[in-house]
Amino acid sequence: MQKKVIFRGRLLPIALLAPQLAVTFVFFFWPAGQAIYQSLLREDAFGLSREFVGLENFQEVLSDPTWLNAALNTVVFSGCVAALALGLALFLAVQADKSLRGATVYRSLLIWPYAVAPAVAAVLWLFLFQPEVGMIGRGLRAVGIPWDYRLNGTHAMVLVVIAAVWKQLAYNFIFFLAGLQSIPASVLEAAAIDGARPARRFWTIIFPLLSPTTFFLLVVNLTYAFFETFGIIHALTNGGPAKATETLIYKVYVDGVENLNLGQSAAQSVILMIIVIALTAIQFRAVEKKVHY
Amino acid sequence: MAPVMAPVATPAAPARDDALLRATRRRRMLSHLMAHGALILGVLIVAFPIWMTLVGSTHDAGTIGRGDVPLLPGSHAAENYAIAWNEGGGRTRTTPASTMLINSLLMALMIAAGKIAISILSAYAVVFFRFPLRMAAFWAIFITLMLPVEVRIIPTFQVIVDLGLVNTWPGLVVPLIASATATLLFRQFFLTIPDEFVEAAKIDGAGPLRFLKDVVLPLSLTNIAALFVILFIYGWNQYLWPLLIINDRSMETIVVGLSKMIGRGDSQNDWNTIMATAVLALLPPVLVVALMQRWFVRGLTETEK
Repeated sequence: MQKKVIFRGRLLPIALLAPQLAVTFVFFFWPAGQAIYQSLLREDAFGLSREFVGLENFQEVLSDPTWLNAALNTVVFSGCVAALALGLALFLAVQADKSLRGATVYRSLLIWPYAVAPAVAAVLWLFLFQPEVGMIGRGLRAVGIPWDYRLNGTHAMVLVVIAAVWKQLAYNFIFFLAGLQSIPASVLEAAAIDGARPARRFWTIIFPLLSPTTFFLLVVNLTYAFFETFGIIHALTNGGPAKATETLIYKVYVDGVENLNLGQSAAQSVILMIIVIALTAIQFRAVEKKVHY
Repeated sequence: MAPVMAPVATPAAPARDDALLRATRRRRMLSHLMAHGALILGVLIVAFPIWMTLVGSTHDAGTIGRGDVPLLPGSHAAENYAIAWNEGGGRTRTTPASTMLINSLLMALMIAAGKIAISILSAYAVVFFRFPLRMAAFWAIFITLMLPVEVRIIPTFQVIVDLGLVNTWPGLVVPLIASATATLLFRQFFLTIPDEFVEAAKIDGAGPLRFLKDVVLPLSLTNIAALFVILFIYGWNQYLWPLLIINDRSMETIVVGLSKMIGRGDSQNDWNTIMATAVLALLPPVLVVALMQRWFVRGLTETEK
């Protein structure tokens, strides 16, 4: 799509584009290039010597048990976060959609956790689940569950999933509600007149019509679980105990910042970039499909 | 659905239809009641951690340390908030919340304003001009959409180190203001501005900058407002980047500062002042969402599609 009527001039548009392009090149293309370049090098810890090692860093990363552990954690974590955040949000949105006036009120009451930073969400849930101080943590111990997310890896995973889902619920709810409200009432009325029960109406009409929204949200939720939850994990568990909640992005941080293993950290970054590009490409194809139907 | 069902009760068969109508109504009311019940439960569960944080910020450290946090607020609110505000929360009391809040506010405002400014300018250039490599420039910006800062964090950090920008405002803000999303949104919107406007401006002798200032910007105000809400929250909630770039305590932002207070989550900590800091940290973005909800929902659904 293009405008027919335009302004003339060459210098002005370039001057207008310059700030954006400068930021993009300095803080995007340069570092991305650096990441790819470094992923092919091996550097000693003091940065004194470096040699070209080809794809060795990638081989090492992909066969490193701690990386595989982080990859598995990421799959479990993002799978749980996406499934719970989507399922609960859809359930609540369907309930809210039943009454037109109530819907906006409930929306107002449910959307604000979106504004809470992941690390702050972590602190809120920590205060509830702390084994000696937190109300729920103490409650669990009182009924005989030896709850301690600082020692038990499963407990730690449960806690980061809860905090991550709590924060993402609002976002999904907004989109599901908007999607539900855009389904024409006539379609549902027709189904009701044909005698379809509410449950049947949901699974045969509403759910398929919502599938573009669901798919879009699935990609967004996975991206969220991969990257934005860094704050939750860093504040709550530091990837522990014993790396039980160390996700791929957390490992990039630990290897790059704490262990100063730049080559491997860069190789991990490149692998993450590939994952994100794949996710984005899938998302764009889905959006295109949505436009076509 | 209700208006369709209501006229069914025709006088021809009043008794049977009345019964049917009542049964339908009863069923619908029951389903609505259950819906409201589920939603109220959902709202309560979602609000519970915030409520307990508020409660925690009003008790003394001893009560919380013993694990006796009640469900209702206590009487120590003023002193807890005063300590958090003036000295800083937690055992360490490193940076006062007042300083951290100002830092967070500056960071959020600069990121939001910076993103909007450079996106408007670049979208304006791409839509209203023809020049060599126009589409190449557009795609160069577009590609940034794919890689969130977290993915390229270490190499970007090295660029900042090379440029000597550690512990500076430009180092904190500038890498975060490249935004393909905002550029795309403004481009989409500018394309809907009718060609007649441009023609009229040209006939009146207005140049491109005048047209931008007097026509395009006023027309874009709702889009700017919607985007501002989203970007303010995005900026306020930044975590990994400030964590790396800032090690000067006077530049600490509140989200990072808060997470440093909790350490390893020991029970022997000043949880009361930590909770007061948490309330202060989440209040500004939550208020922005609550007060500008219309813009917020609009900004969210439009930037993501």
